[in-house]
Amino acid sequence: MMKKMTIDDKLGLDIYNTDEHESHIDVDLECKDEAEIMKLVLACPAECYKYVDGQFSFSHLGCLECGTCRVLSHDKIVKSWNHPMGTIGVSFRQG
Amino acid sequence: MSEEKFDVIVVGGGLAGLTAAYELANAGYETLVVERGDYCGAKNMTGGRLYGHSLEKVIPNFAEEAPIERKIVKENIALLNEKGGVQIAYTSPQLGEGSNASYSVLRGKFDQWLAGKAEEAGAMMVTGIRVDKLIEQDGKVVGIDAGGEEMYADVVILADGVNSLLAQQIGMKKEIEPHEVAVGAKEVFKLSEEIINERFGVANGEGAAILCAGDPTDGNLGGGFIYTNKDTVSVGIVTTLSDIGRSQLSVPKMVERFHNHPMVEPYIKGGELVEYSGHLVTEAGWSMIPELYRDGVLVTGDAAAFVINLGYTVRGMDFAIESGRLAAEAVKRAKAVDDYSADTLSYYKKLLEESFVFRDMKKFSAFPAILEEHMIFNELPAFVGDVFNRMMVVNSEPSGDLVVGIANDFCKRFTMAGIADFVGKLMEVR
Repeated sequence: MMKKMTIDDKLGLDIYNTDEHESHIDVDLECKDEAEIMKLVLACPAECYKYVDGQFSFSHLGCLECGTCRVLSHDKIVKSWNHPMGTIGVSFRQG
Repeated sequence: MSEEKFDVIVVGGGLAGLTAAYELANAGYETLVVERGDYCGAKNMTGGRLYGHSLEKVIPNFAEEAPIERKIVKENIALLNEKGGVQIAYTSPQLGEGSNASYSVLRGKFDQWLAGKAEEAGAMMVTGIRVDKLIEQDGKVVGIDAGGEEMYADVVILADGVNSLLAQQIGMKKEIEPHEVAVGAKEVFKLSEEIINERFGVANGEGAAILCAGDPTDGNLGGGFIYTNKDTVSVGIVTTLSDIGRSQLSVPKMVERFHNHPMVEPYIKGGELVEYSGHLVTEAGWSMIPELYRDGVLVTGDAAAFVINLGYTVRGMDFAIESGRLAAEAVKRAKAVDDYSADTLSYYKKLLEESFVFRDMKKFSAFPAILEEHMIFNELPAFVGDVFNRMMVVNSEPSGDLVVGIANDFCKRFTMAGIADFVGKLMEVR
Protein backbone atom coordinates (compact mmCIF):
# COMPACT_ATOMS: atom_id res chain seq x y z
CA MET A 1 0.00 0.00 0.00
CA MET A 2 1.10 3.52 -0.77
CA LYS A 3 1.48 5.87 2.17
CA LYS A 4 -1.98 6.89 3.32
CA MET A 5 -2.56 10.60 2.96
CA THR A 6 -5.66 12.61 3.78
CA ILE A 7 -7.07 15.01 1.22
CA ASP A 8 -5.77 17.86 3.38
CA ASP A 9 -2.26 16.37 3.23
CA LYS A 10 -2.52 16.20 -0.55
CA LEU A 11 -3.92 19.69 -1.02
CA GLY A 12 -1.23 20.92 1.34
CA LEU A 13 1.32 20.07 -1.37
CA ASP A 14 -0.35 22.42 -3.84
CA ILE A 15 0.41 26.13 -4.04
CA TYR A 16 -2.48 28.39 -3.14
CA ASN A 17 -2.93 32.10 -2.89
CA THR A 18 -6.19 32.00 -1.01
CA ASP A 19 -8.66 34.74 -0.42
CA GLU A 20 -9.74 33.59 3.05
CA HIS A 21 -12.90 35.64 3.12
CA GLU A 22 -14.27 35.90 -0.38
CA SER A 23 -15.50 32.63 -1.94
CA HIS A 24 -15.80 32.36 -5.72
CA ILE A 25 -18.58 29.82 -5.23
CA ASP A 26 -21.88 30.69 -3.55
CA VAL A 27 -23.43 27.59 -2.01
CA ASP A 28 -26.94 27.07 -0.65
CA LEU A 29 -26.12 25.49 2.71
CA GLU A 30 -29.81 25.40 3.63
CA CYS A 31 -30.42 22.74 0.99
CA LYS A 32 -32.09 19.65 2.44
CA ASP A 33 -32.02 17.52 -0.72
CA GLU A 34 -29.70 14.76 0.41
CA ALA A 35 -29.28 13.20 -3.04
CA GLU A 36 -28.21 16.55 -4.47
CA ILE A 37 -25.81 17.15 -1.58
CA MET A 38 -24.26 13.70 -1.94
CA LYS A 39 -23.49 14.29 -5.62
CA LEU A 40 -21.26 17.20 -4.68
CA VAL A 41 -19.72 15.35 -1.73
CA LEU A 42 -18.81 12.39 -3.97
CA ALA A 43 -17.66 14.36 -7.00
CA CYS A 44 -15.55 17.21 -5.62
CA PRO A 45 -11.92 16.12 -6.01
CA ALA A 46 -10.88 18.47 -3.19
CA GLU A 47 -13.63 17.45 -0.74
CA CYS A 48 -14.75 21.05 -0.41
CA TYR A 49 -18.28 19.76 0.20
CA LYS A 50 -18.90 17.76 3.39
CA TYR A 51 -22.00 16.07 4.77
CA VAL A 52 -21.41 14.71 8.24
CA ASP A 53 -24.18 13.63 10.63
CA GLY A 54 -26.77 15.47 8.61
CA GLN A 55 -24.68 18.65 8.62
CA PHE A 56 -23.88 20.12 5.19
CA SER A 57 -20.81 22.34 4.96
CA PHE A 58 -18.66 23.91 2.28
CA SER A 59 -15.25 25.57 2.20
CA HIS A 60 -13.70 27.14 -0.87
CA LEU A 61 -10.21 26.78 0.64
CA GLY A 62 -8.51 23.97 -1.26
CA CYS A 63 -10.75 24.33 -4.32
CA LEU A 64 -9.02 23.09 -7.47
CA GLU A 65 -11.29 25.27 -9.65
CA CYS A 66 -12.41 22.37 -11.82
CA GLY A 67 -16.04 23.45 -12.12
CA THR A 68 -17.46 20.01 -11.37
CA CYS A 69 -19.91 21.34 -8.77
CA ARG A 70 -21.13 24.03 -11.16
CA VAL A 71 -21.97 21.46 -13.82
CA LEU A 72 -23.62 19.09 -11.34
CA SER A 73 -25.70 21.57 -9.42
CA HIS A 74 -25.88 24.99 -11.03
CA ASP A 75 -29.02 26.83 -10.02
CA LYS A 76 -29.56 24.24 -7.32
CA ILE A 77 -26.97 24.05 -4.54
CA VAL A 78 -24.39 26.07 -6.44
CA LYS A 79 -26.07 29.47 -6.59
CA SER A 80 -23.17 31.09 -8.42
CA TRP A 81 -19.74 30.03 -9.58
CA ASN A 82 -16.98 32.18 -10.98
CA HIS A 83 -13.28 31.76 -11.56
CA PRO A 84 -11.41 33.25 -8.60
CA MET A 85 -9.98 36.73 -9.15
CA GLY A 86 -6.64 36.95 -10.96
CA THR A 87 -3.68 35.43 -9.03
CA ILE A 88 -6.11 34.00 -6.44
CA GLY A 89 -6.55 30.27 -5.93
CA VAL A 90 -4.51 27.26 -6.90
CA SER A 91 -1.35 27.34 -9.04
CA PHE A 92 -0.27 24.06 -10.59
CA ARG A 93 3.49 23.73 -10.87
CA GLN A 94 3.19 20.34 -12.52
CA GLY A 95 -0.29 20.36 -14.04
CA MET B 1 -9.31 55.05 -17.30
CA SER B 2 -7.09 54.61 -20.30
CA GLU B 3 -8.52 52.92 -23.31
CA GLU B 4 -6.19 50.60 -25.14
CA LYS B 5 -6.77 49.11 -28.53
CA PHE B 6 -5.06 45.99 -29.83
CA ASP B 7 -5.35 44.09 -33.06
CA VAL B 8 -6.24 40.95 -31.14
CA ILE B 9 -6.94 40.06 -27.53
CA VAL B 10 -6.62 36.41 -26.55
CA VAL B 11 -8.39 35.37 -23.36
CA GLY B 12 -6.58 32.45 -21.77
CA GLY B 13 -2.92 31.47 -21.93
CA GLY B 14 -3.32 27.77 -22.62
CA LEU B 15 -2.29 25.89 -25.74
CA ALA B 16 -5.04 27.24 -28.03
CA GLY B 17 -4.60 30.84 -26.94
CA LEU B 18 -0.82 30.80 -26.95
CA THR B 19 -0.64 29.17 -30.38
CA ALA B 20 -2.98 31.82 -31.80
CA ALA B 21 -0.94 34.57 -30.11
CA TYR B 22 2.34 33.12 -31.39
CA GLU B 23 1.07 33.02 -34.96
CA LEU B 24 -0.49 36.48 -34.86
CA ALA B 25 2.48 38.13 -33.18
CA ASN B 26 4.75 36.51 -35.76
CA ALA B 27 2.58 38.04 -38.47
CA GLY B 28 3.21 41.43 -36.90
CA TYR B 29 -0.13 42.04 -35.20
CA GLU B 30 -0.40 43.69 -31.82
CA THR B 31 -1.54 40.78 -29.71
CA LEU B 32 -2.45 40.75 -26.04
CA VAL B 33 -2.85 37.55 -24.02
CA VAL B 34 -4.76 37.84 -20.76
CA GLU B 35 -4.32 34.94 -18.34
CA ARG B 36 -5.93 34.72 -14.89
CA GLY B 37 -3.25 32.47 -13.40
CA ASP B 38 0.01 33.79 -11.98
CA TYR B 39 1.66 32.35 -15.08
CA CYS B 40 0.46 30.57 -18.18
CA GLY B 41 -0.24 26.97 -17.21
CA ALA B 42 -0.95 27.74 -13.55
CA LYS B 43 -4.60 26.74 -13.92
CA ASN B 44 -4.08 24.03 -16.50
CA MET B 45 -3.88 20.29 -16.13
CA THR B 46 -3.59 17.30 -18.41
CA GLY B 47 -3.39 13.53 -17.93
CA GLY B 48 -1.40 13.82 -20.03
CA ARG B 49 -0.07 13.30 -23.40
CA LEU B 50 0.37 15.67 -26.31
CA TYR B 51 0.16 14.25 -29.81
CA GLY B 52 2.88 16.29 -31.46
CA HIS B 53 1.63 16.63 -35.05
CA SER B 54 -0.22 19.93 -34.72
CA LEU B 55 2.46 21.83 -32.79
CA GLU B 56 5.00 20.43 -35.24
CA LYS B 57 3.34 22.56 -37.94
CA VAL B 58 3.67 25.70 -35.82
CA ILE B 59 7.11 25.12 -34.33
CA PRO B 60 8.96 22.40 -36.28
CA ASN B 61 11.06 20.10 -34.09
CA PHE B 62 9.55 21.71 -30.97
CA ALA B 63 10.45 18.69 -28.87
CA GLU B 64 14.13 19.64 -29.13
CA GLU B 65 13.58 22.83 -27.18
CA ALA B 66 10.24 22.44 -25.38
CA PRO B 67 10.05 21.01 -21.85
CA ILE B 68 8.45 17.75 -22.92
CA GLU B 69 8.75 14.97 -20.34
CA ARG B 70 9.22 11.79 -22.38
CA LYS B 71 8.44 10.53 -25.86
CA ILE B 72 5.78 7.83 -25.53
CA VAL B 73 7.05 4.61 -27.12
CA LYS B 74 4.97 2.09 -25.18
CA GLU B 75 1.20 2.06 -25.30
CA ASN B 76 -0.67 -0.02 -22.75
CA ILE B 77 -4.32 -0.85 -22.33
CA ALA B 78 -5.40 -2.53 -19.12
CA LEU B 79 -8.68 -4.04 -18.04
CA LEU B 80 -8.70 -4.14 -14.27
CA ASN B 81 -10.86 -6.05 -11.87
CA GLU B 82 -10.67 -5.62 -8.14
CA LYS B 83 -7.47 -7.51 -7.46
CA GLY B 84 -5.84 -7.96 -10.83
CA GLY B 85 -6.32 -7.50 -14.52
CA VAL B 86 -5.04 -7.92 -18.03
CA GLN B 87 -2.55 -5.50 -19.51
CA ILE B 88 -1.66 -5.37 -23.17
CA ALA B 89 1.47 -3.51 -24.20
CA TYR B 90 2.11 -2.27 -27.69
CA THR B 91 5.42 -1.03 -29.02
CA SER B 92 6.28 -0.02 -32.56
CA PRO B 93 8.85 2.29 -34.11
CA GLN B 94 5.89 4.01 -35.79
CA LEU B 95 4.67 5.34 -32.47
CA GLY B 96 7.58 7.71 -32.17
CA GLU B 97 8.33 8.47 -35.81
CA GLY B 98 8.39 12.06 -36.99
CA SER B 99 5.08 13.82 -36.56
CA ASN B 100 3.48 10.62 -35.20
CA ALA B 101 5.37 11.19 -31.99
CA SER B 102 3.48 11.89 -28.79
CA TYR B 103 4.93 13.23 -25.58
CA SER B 104 4.01 13.23 -21.93
CA VAL B 105 3.82 16.83 -20.76
CA LEU B 106 3.13 18.76 -17.59
CA ARG B 107 1.22 21.93 -18.33
CA GLY B 108 2.72 24.05 -15.55
CA LYS B 109 6.05 23.92 -17.38
CA PHE B 110 4.94 23.39 -20.95
CA ASP B 111 2.55 26.34 -21.21
CA GLN B 112 5.14 28.68 -19.74
CA TRP B 113 7.52 27.65 -22.49
CA LEU B 114 4.93 28.32 -25.21
CA ALA B 115 4.08 31.65 -23.55
CA GLY B 116 7.78 32.51 -23.80
CA LYS B 117 7.74 31.69 -27.50
CA ALA B 118 4.69 33.91 -28.06
CA GLU B 119 6.32 36.69 -26.08
CA GLU B 120 9.55 36.38 -28.12
CA ALA B 121 7.42 36.67 -31.23
CA GLY B 122 6.11 39.97 -29.86
CA ALA B 123 2.89 39.09 -28.06
CA MET B 124 2.14 40.98 -24.86
CA MET B 125 1.38 38.82 -21.83
CA VAL B 126 -0.69 39.94 -18.91
CA THR B 127 -1.00 37.36 -16.15
CA GLY B 128 -2.94 37.38 -12.89
CA ILE B 129 -5.90 39.14 -14.51
CA ARG B 130 -9.36 37.62 -14.76
CA VAL B 131 -11.50 38.80 -17.64
CA ASP B 132 -14.99 39.43 -16.25
CA LYS B 133 -16.91 40.09 -19.41
CA LEU B 134 -16.78 40.82 -23.08
CA ILE B 135 -17.63 44.32 -24.23
CA GLU B 136 -20.28 44.34 -26.92
CA GLN B 137 -21.27 47.28 -29.10
CA ASP B 138 -24.15 46.99 -31.56
CA GLY B 139 -24.06 43.23 -31.15
CA LYS B 140 -20.34 43.04 -31.93
CA VAL B 141 -17.64 41.98 -29.51
CA VAL B 142 -15.17 44.86 -29.34
CA GLY B 143 -13.12 44.18 -26.23
CA ILE B 144 -12.83 42.84 -22.70
CA ASP B 145 -13.56 44.12 -19.23
CA ALA B 146 -11.23 42.98 -16.46
CA GLY B 147 -12.18 44.37 -13.08
CA GLY B 148 -13.41 47.61 -14.63
CA GLU B 149 -10.37 47.99 -16.87
CA GLU B 150 -11.52 48.02 -20.47
CA MET B 151 -9.36 46.89 -23.35
CA TYR B 152 -10.38 46.91 -26.98
CA ALA B 153 -9.43 44.90 -30.04
CA ASP B 154 -10.58 44.16 -33.57
CA VAL B 155 -11.03 40.53 -32.60
CA VAL B 156 -11.22 38.69 -29.28
CA ILE B 157 -10.18 35.03 -29.30
CA LEU B 158 -11.75 33.05 -26.48
CA ALA B 159 -9.36 30.36 -25.28
CA ASP B 160 -10.60 30.31 -21.71
CA GLY B 161 -10.97 26.59 -21.26
CA VAL B 162 -13.70 24.08 -20.59
CA ASN B 163 -15.44 26.41 -18.11
CA SER B 164 -15.71 29.21 -20.67
CA LEU B 165 -18.02 31.50 -18.76
CA LEU B 166 -17.37 34.24 -21.33
CA ALA B 167 -18.73 32.20 -24.26
CA GLN B 168 -21.72 31.35 -22.07
CA GLN B 169 -22.31 34.97 -21.05
CA ILE B 170 -22.88 36.08 -24.61
CA GLY B 171 -24.88 32.98 -25.49
CA MET B 172 -22.40 31.31 -27.83
CA LYS B 173 -22.16 28.28 -25.58
CA LYS B 174 -24.87 26.63 -23.53
CA GLU B 175 -24.53 25.39 -19.97
CA ILE B 176 -22.63 22.10 -19.75
CA GLU B 177 -24.70 19.04 -18.84
CA PRO B 178 -23.33 16.33 -16.49
CA HIS B 179 -23.27 13.60 -19.17
CA GLU B 180 -21.13 15.82 -21.41
CA VAL B 181 -18.11 16.08 -19.11
CA ALA B 182 -16.02 14.07 -16.69
CA VAL B 183 -13.99 15.07 -13.69
CA GLY B 184 -10.33 14.14 -13.75
CA ALA B 185 -8.18 13.95 -10.64
CA LYS B 186 -4.46 13.36 -10.83
CA GLU B 187 -1.53 12.68 -8.54
CA VAL B 188 2.08 13.30 -9.56
CA PHE B 189 4.62 11.05 -7.83
CA LYS B 190 8.30 11.84 -7.76
CA LEU B 191 10.68 8.97 -8.47
CA SER B 192 14.11 8.90 -10.05
CA GLU B 193 14.57 8.79 -13.81
CA GLU B 194 16.35 5.43 -13.47
CA ILE B 195 13.58 3.84 -11.43
CA ILE B 196 10.98 4.95 -13.97
CA ASN B 197 13.10 3.54 -16.80
CA GLU B 198 13.37 0.20 -15.01
CA ARG B 199 9.76 -0.14 -13.93
CA PHE B 200 8.27 0.79 -17.27
CA GLY B 201 10.98 -0.87 -19.36
CA VAL B 202 11.98 2.26 -21.25
CA ALA B 203 15.20 4.12 -21.97
CA ASN B 204 16.09 7.68 -20.99
CA GLY B 205 13.76 10.12 -22.67
CA GLU B 206 11.30 7.40 -23.60
CA GLY B 207 8.08 6.73 -21.81
CA ALA B 208 4.90 4.74 -21.45
CA ALA B 209 1.19 5.42 -21.29
CA ILE B 210 -1.24 3.07 -19.56
CA LEU B 211 -4.98 3.55 -19.97
CA CYS B 212 -7.11 1.45 -17.66
CA ALA B 213 -10.79 0.55 -17.64
CA GLY B 214 -12.77 -1.32 -15.04
CA ASP B 215 -11.95 -1.19 -11.38
CA PRO B 216 -10.49 2.35 -11.11
CA THR B 217 -13.90 3.99 -11.29
CA ASP B 218 -15.74 1.23 -9.41
CA GLY B 219 -18.17 0.63 -12.27
CA ASN B 220 -18.71 4.30 -13.15
CA LEU B 221 -18.05 5.34 -16.73
CA GLY B 222 -14.46 6.45 -17.00
CA GLY B 223 -11.06 4.99 -16.33
CA GLY B 224 -7.62 5.37 -14.91
CA PHE B 225 -4.44 6.62 -16.52
CA ILE B 226 -0.71 6.42 -15.90
CA TYR B 227 1.84 8.50 -17.80
CA THR B 228 5.57 8.54 -17.25
CA ASN B 229 7.17 11.96 -16.99
CA LYS B 230 10.90 12.60 -16.81
CA ASP B 231 11.30 11.96 -13.09
CA THR B 232 7.67 11.76 -12.03
CA VAL B 233 4.70 9.55 -12.81
CA SER B 234 1.19 10.94 -13.33
CA VAL B 235 -1.57 8.71 -12.00
CA GLY B 236 -5.24 9.53 -11.98
CA ILE B 237 -8.83 8.77 -12.80
CA VAL B 238 -11.54 10.28 -14.95
CA THR B 239 -15.24 9.69 -14.32
CA THR B 240 -18.31 11.02 -16.11
CA LEU B 241 -20.38 13.42 -14.02
CA SER B 242 -23.74 11.86 -14.87
CA ASP B 243 -22.49 8.67 -13.18
CA ILE B 244 -21.71 10.37 -9.89
CA GLY B 245 -23.64 8.54 -7.19
CA ARG B 246 -23.67 5.25 -9.07
CA SER B 247 -20.63 4.24 -7.07
CA GLN B 248 -20.53 5.23 -3.42
CA LEU B 249 -16.82 5.92 -3.74
CA SER B 250 -15.93 9.60 -3.87
CA VAL B 251 -13.56 10.86 -6.55
CA PRO B 252 -10.67 11.27 -4.06
CA LYS B 253 -11.32 7.69 -2.88
CA MET B 254 -11.25 6.44 -6.49
CA VAL B 255 -7.84 8.04 -6.88
CA GLU B 256 -6.63 6.20 -3.75
CA ARG B 257 -8.17 2.93 -4.89
CA PHE B 258 -6.49 3.25 -8.27
CA HIS B 259 -3.00 4.02 -7.02
CA ASN B 260 -3.23 1.16 -4.51
CA HIS B 261 -4.41 -1.34 -7.15
CA PRO B 262 -2.01 -4.32 -7.31
CA MET B 263 -1.26 -3.56 -10.97
CA VAL B 264 -0.63 0.15 -10.40
CA GLU B 265 1.15 0.35 -7.08
CA PRO B 266 4.36 -1.43 -8.22
CA TYR B 267 4.95 1.38 -10.73
CA ILE B 268 4.84 4.16 -8.15
CA LYS B 269 5.90 2.41 -4.96
CA GLY B 270 8.11 4.63 -2.82
CA GLY B 271 7.21 7.65 -4.92
CA GLU B 272 6.67 10.92 -3.14
CA LEU B 273 3.46 12.78 -3.98
CA VAL B 274 4.35 16.27 -5.21
CA GLU B 275 1.02 17.54 -6.54
CA TYR B 276 -2.68 16.74 -6.56
CA SER B 277 -4.88 18.36 -9.19
CA GLY B 278 -8.34 18.26 -10.69
CA HIS B 279 -9.98 19.41 -13.90
CA LEU B 280 -13.07 18.95 -16.04
CA VAL B 281 -12.68 16.89 -19.20
CA THR B 282 -14.94 17.28 -22.21
CA GLU B 283 -16.50 13.93 -23.13
CA ALA B 284 -19.32 14.54 -25.59
CA GLY B 285 -17.13 16.37 -28.12
CA TRP B 286 -18.93 16.82 -31.42
CA SER B 287 -22.41 17.37 -29.97
CA MET B 288 -21.10 20.02 -27.56
CA ILE B 289 -19.38 22.30 -30.04
CA PRO B 290 -20.65 25.84 -29.44
CA GLU B 291 -21.06 28.69 -31.90
CA LEU B 292 -17.50 29.19 -33.08
CA TYR B 293 -17.61 32.73 -34.44
CA ARG B 294 -19.61 35.89 -34.17
CA ASP B 295 -18.90 39.51 -35.01
CA GLY B 296 -15.50 40.21 -33.47
CA VAL B 297 -15.05 36.92 -31.62
CA LEU B 298 -13.79 33.34 -32.10
CA VAL B 299 -13.93 30.35 -29.73
CA THR B 300 -11.02 27.86 -29.60
CA GLY B 301 -9.65 24.81 -27.79
CA ASP B 302 -11.38 23.37 -24.74
CA ALA B 303 -13.82 26.31 -24.73
CA ALA B 304 -14.99 25.00 -28.11
CA ALA B 305 -15.18 21.40 -26.77
CA PHE B 306 -12.50 20.19 -29.20
CA VAL B 307 -11.79 16.90 -27.43
CA ILE B 308 -12.08 13.24 -28.39
CA ASN B 309 -12.09 10.57 -25.74
CA LEU B 310 -12.05 7.06 -27.17
CA GLY B 311 -10.96 5.42 -23.97
CA TYR B 312 -7.71 4.19 -25.55
CA THR B 313 -6.73 7.58 -26.92
CA VAL B 314 -7.62 10.91 -25.37
CA ARG B 315 -7.02 13.97 -27.51
CA GLY B 316 -7.57 17.62 -26.77
CA MET B 317 -4.26 19.43 -26.76
CA ASP B 318 -3.50 18.68 -30.42
CA PHE B 319 -6.95 20.01 -31.34
CA ALA B 320 -6.43 23.08 -29.14
CA ILE B 321 -3.17 23.91 -30.92
CA GLU B 322 -4.67 23.40 -34.39
CA SER B 323 -7.75 25.47 -33.54
CA GLY B 324 -5.50 28.26 -32.24
CA ARG B 325 -3.50 28.18 -35.45
CA LEU B 326 -6.64 28.24 -37.62
CA ALA B 327 -8.16 31.06 -35.56
CA ALA B 328 -4.99 33.03 -36.26
CA GLU B 329 -5.34 32.29 -40.00
CA ALA B 330 -8.92 33.57 -39.95
CA VAL B 331 -7.90 36.72 -38.09
CA LYS B 332 -5.07 37.38 -40.57
CA ARG B 333 -7.57 37.22 -43.42
CA ALA B 334 -9.98 39.52 -41.57
CA LYS B 335 -7.12 41.98 -40.96
CA ALA B 336 -6.25 41.94 -44.65
CA VAL B 337 -9.73 43.19 -45.56
CA ASP B 338 -10.22 45.12 -42.32
CA ASP B 339 -13.53 43.41 -41.69
CA TYR B 340 -14.20 41.53 -38.47
CA SER B 341 -17.79 40.55 -39.09
CA ALA B 342 -19.12 37.06 -38.47
CA ASP B 343 -19.23 36.65 -42.22
CA THR B 344 -15.48 37.14 -42.63
CA LEU B 345 -14.63 35.25 -39.46
CA SER B 346 -16.67 32.27 -40.64
CA TYR B 347 -13.48 31.39 -42.52
CA TYR B 348 -12.32 29.93 -39.17
CA LYS B 349 -15.10 27.33 -39.29
CA LYS B 350 -14.35 26.58 -42.93
CA LEU B 351 -10.71 25.92 -42.04
CA LEU B 352 -11.77 23.70 -39.16
CA GLU B 353 -14.06 21.73 -41.45
CA GLU B 354 -11.15 21.10 -43.79
CA SER B 355 -8.82 20.14 -40.94
CA PHE B 356 -8.31 16.96 -38.96
CA VAL B 357 -10.11 18.62 -36.05
CA PHE B 358 -13.58 18.35 -37.57
CA ARG B 359 -12.71 15.28 -39.62
CA ASP B 360 -11.73 13.24 -36.57
CA MET B 361 -14.37 14.63 -34.26
CA LYS B 362 -17.08 13.86 -36.78
CA LYS B 363 -15.71 10.40 -37.45
CA PHE B 364 -15.93 9.49 -33.79
CA SER B 365 -19.05 11.50 -33.01
CA ALA B 366 -21.06 8.40 -32.13
CA PHE B 367 -18.26 7.01 -30.01
CA PRO B 368 -19.31 8.63 -26.72
CA ALA B 369 -22.48 6.50 -26.92
CA ILE B 370 -20.30 3.36 -26.97
CA LEU B 371 -18.34 4.59 -23.99
CA GLU B 372 -21.63 5.10 -22.18
CA GLU B 373 -22.04 1.33 -22.16
CA HIS B 374 -21.43 0.27 -18.56
CA MET B 375 -20.69 -3.23 -19.89
CA ILE B 376 -17.25 -2.11 -21.02
CA PHE B 377 -16.41 -0.94 -17.52
CA ASN B 378 -18.03 -3.74 -15.50
CA GLU B 379 -18.78 -7.07 -17.18
CA LEU B 380 -16.00 -7.00 -19.76
CA PRO B 381 -13.03 -6.57 -17.36
CA ALA B 382 -14.61 -9.18 -15.06
CA PHE B 383 -15.07 -11.64 -17.94
CA VAL B 384 -11.52 -11.14 -19.21
CA GLY B 385 -10.33 -11.80 -15.67
CA ASP B 386 -12.35 -15.05 -15.58
CA VAL B 387 -10.86 -16.24 -18.87
CA PHE B 388 -7.27 -15.50 -17.92
CA ASN B 389 -7.78 -17.17 -14.54
CA ARG B 390 -9.04 -20.25 -16.32
CA MET B 391 -6.06 -20.28 -18.70
CA MET B 392 -3.24 -19.30 -16.39
CA VAL B 393 -4.02 -20.77 -12.99
CA VAL B 394 -2.45 -24.22 -12.65
CA ASN B 395 -3.00 -26.44 -9.61
CA SER B 396 -4.08 -29.98 -8.64
CA GLU B 397 -7.80 -29.23 -9.01
CA PRO B 398 -9.61 -30.62 -12.06
CA SER B 399 -9.50 -27.92 -14.71
CA GLY B 400 -12.35 -29.02 -16.97
CA ASP B 401 -12.79 -28.12 -20.60
CA LEU B 402 -11.44 -24.68 -21.40
CA VAL B 403 -13.96 -23.79 -24.10
CA VAL B 404 -16.95 -24.93 -22.05
CA GLY B 405 -15.54 -23.04 -19.09
CA ILE B 406 -15.15 -19.82 -21.06
CA ALA B 407 -18.66 -20.23 -22.43
CA ASN B 408 -19.92 -20.59 -18.86
CA ASP B 409 -18.02 -17.49 -17.77
CA PHE B 410 -19.49 -15.61 -20.70
CA CYS B 411 -23.05 -16.62 -19.81
CA LYS B 412 -22.41 -15.69 -16.19
CA ARG B 413 -21.29 -12.15 -17.07
CA PHE B 414 -23.42 -11.20 -20.07
CA THR B 415 -27.01 -11.44 -21.21
CA MET B 416 -27.93 -11.89 -24.88
CA ALA B 417 -30.01 -8.73 -24.77
CA GLY B 418 -27.02 -6.79 -23.46
CA ILE B 419 -24.75 -8.14 -26.20
CA ALA B 420 -27.32 -7.44 -28.92
CA ASP B 421 -27.73 -3.88 -27.67
CA PHE B 422 -23.96 -3.34 -27.61
CA VAL B 423 -23.41 -4.80 -31.10
CA GLY B 424 -26.24 -2.61 -32.37
CA LYS B 425 -24.48 0.47 -31.04
CA LEU B 426 -21.18 -0.63 -32.57
CA MET B 427 -22.82 -1.00 -35.97
CA GLU B 428 -24.24 2.51 -35.69
CA VAL B 429 -20.76 3.91 -35.11
CA ARG B 430 -19.43 2.17 -38.18
